[in-house]
Amino acid sequence: MSKGHQRIAKSSSRAGLTALIMAAAGGAFLASRKSARDTTDDAPGSAARRGFRGNDLVGKSVTIGRPRQELFDYWIDFENLCSFMENVISVRKAGDQGGAVWTIMAPGGRTVDVKTEMVAERPGELIGWRSTPDSEIRTEGRVTFEDAPGERGTRVSLTMTYDPPGGDLGKAVAKLFLREPEIQARHDLKRFKMLMETGEVTTSARRKSETRAAKHQQHQQTEPA
Amino acid sequence: MRALAYHGKHDVRVDTVDDPEIVNPRDAIIKVTSTAICGSDLHLYDGVIPAVLEGDILGHEFMGEVVETGPKSTLEKGQRVVVPFTISCGQCFHCQIQQYSCCDNSNPAEKQDMSATLYGHSMAGLFGYSHLTGGYSGGQAEYVRVPYSDIGPIAVPDHLDDDQVLFLSDILPTGWMAAENADIGPDDTIAVWGCGPVGLFAVQSALAMGAAEVIAIDHYPHRLELARKLGAKTINFRESNVREALMEMSGGIGVDAVIDAVGMESHGFAIDNMLDIAKQTIGVGADRASVLKQAILAVRRGGRVSIPGVYGGMTDKFPLGALMEKGLQVRGGQTHVQKYTKDLLAKIEDGTLDTTFLISHRLPLEDAAKGYKNFKEQQDVWTKVVLKPGMETQA
Repeated sequence: MSKGHQRIAKSSSRAGLTALIMAAAGGAFLASRKSARDTTDDAPGSAARRGFRGNDLVGKSVTIGRPRQELFDYWIDFENLCSFMENVISVRKAGDQGGAVWTIMAPGGRTVDVKTEMVAERPGELIGWRSTPDSEIRTEGRVTFEDAPGERGTRVSLTMTYDPPGGDLGKAVAKLFLREPEIQARHDLKRFKMLMETGEVTTSARRKSETRAAKHQQHQQTEPA
Repeated sequence: MRALAYHGKHDVRVDTVDDPEIVNPRDAIIKVTSTAICGSDLHLYDGVIPAVLEGDILGHEFMGEVVETGPKSTLEKGQRVVVPFTISCGQCFHCQIQQYSCCDNSNPAEKQDMSATLYGHSMAGLFGYSHLTGGYSGGQAEYVRVPYSDIGPIAVPDHLDDDQVLFLSDILPTGWMAAENADIGPDDTIAVWGCGPVGLFAVQSALAMGAAEVIAIDHYPHRLELARKLGAKTINFRESNVREALMEMSGGIGVDAVIDAVGMESHGFAIDNMLDIAKQTIGVGADRASVLKQAILAVRRGGRVSIPGVYGGMTDKFPLGALMEKGLQVRGGQTHVQKYTKDLLAKIEDGTLDTTFLISHRLPLEDAAKGYKNFKEQQDVWTKVVLKPGMETQA
């Protein structure tokens, strides 16, 4: 096991991960959480039997047979993220400090914008982002890229948190977007892997109208004025 | 287009549905010229495979002409190709080591959860099967969208007709891999349970790999006759005690390797061992594994167990002790079709392998429902049904 890997595995217990996210993303609303596990466990916090796997904090890993830098470069261009993230219709750059506006599907043909700022960037290794204080949805995310053992490529780990806001819009979005964040994170990573390894996102659709992209488009067309 | 769709247990119909389109860059559209009904289609027909939905287009053994290609497809319009039933990306870890049926990327992300829950890992994509394997529209249709068309389909020469090469799509490589998994040496005696298409091709493959003797087991006289014609000895399990017969025929040693080409519905499916956990999480029934249990007892110490027969769930009263104490090796799996197509095509071309003997019936696609019914109910006579879109319907 490489030193880097060991460090990340160890620090991935709940308290360590929280600390890492906070360090990386400067998170505020994660601060109140306390460790529920023995920190000598090498298993990642996302595998914890209790205390970690709430609906609001998820972590998933996938191994992708491509070089670390290539994957990092694709992800750091946030406008690419909608090509594999569920319910994310588009991501637009805002400013030149890594700010972005994410347009996310909400129920009833609505969309909601989430504004984020870049809070950590280590080329080829880590990207962290966090919603800006004026964003209606509070979220933090972190993706790390490590060399996988041997020739297996890169281990990519995605950690995201959501803090559903109050109000009707918040509830509506929570219903769609935050319902199963763990499953969503897993699917997003799998689609990222497909895209990076094969050049396309696998679909069993028989026709274009049945694809995710078509659904995003339809969603936008039905958006109320 | 016209296509055979699932409507429920023992209810399949040829419907008019939307034509497929190129969706992803590596796609191709194939105009089907021949497509077969597989023994594993009968598992769908019998309703024992989970996540098969009304309207799903079935069929995973097919070939035809390339009529449309995406910008990243390596196929050319007009090419005649046979399409593997396994969908494989060619670039993931598994495809790189030729474990094509374990492809990491060919099952859409949103379809992976169910098989991941059931098996610990998600399955690869397969044509015309369950939504466990992607929910892809299948080949018992006039047209099929073939994803990753640069990896799967194999071009076939014009001098070989459809009947000679169609089975490269599944059952020939499946029979071949079954024999390969039995790790056959020159002095070996091999027992094959089930003289359906895969069992017969396993007999043929085992002999081609140099087995000293192959013993085929079934109860349909005509199927046993086909096995004998290929060069196998036979046992009719309705007339003989299989294990005693195998012990005697192998001189008290036990057979060196066993091949279970029957699978989950041995002696007809019976839901006799519903496991609560499976019921609760997935709604899948218990596999009836009587053949596999018998095979494990019949194989010699240190022997090999090859499982090409389809199992989907769990089983009870498994002879685990025999497996461990006798030091057996077990191999199974969906077929890594792409690994074998080129070599097997060469063997068809040079005459080493002929698969046409198997085909008992050729029907128009329109008569597909009749094909399913008879393939299920008259197994002795209906050994293999090939459907031809565009063939004239006979009165």
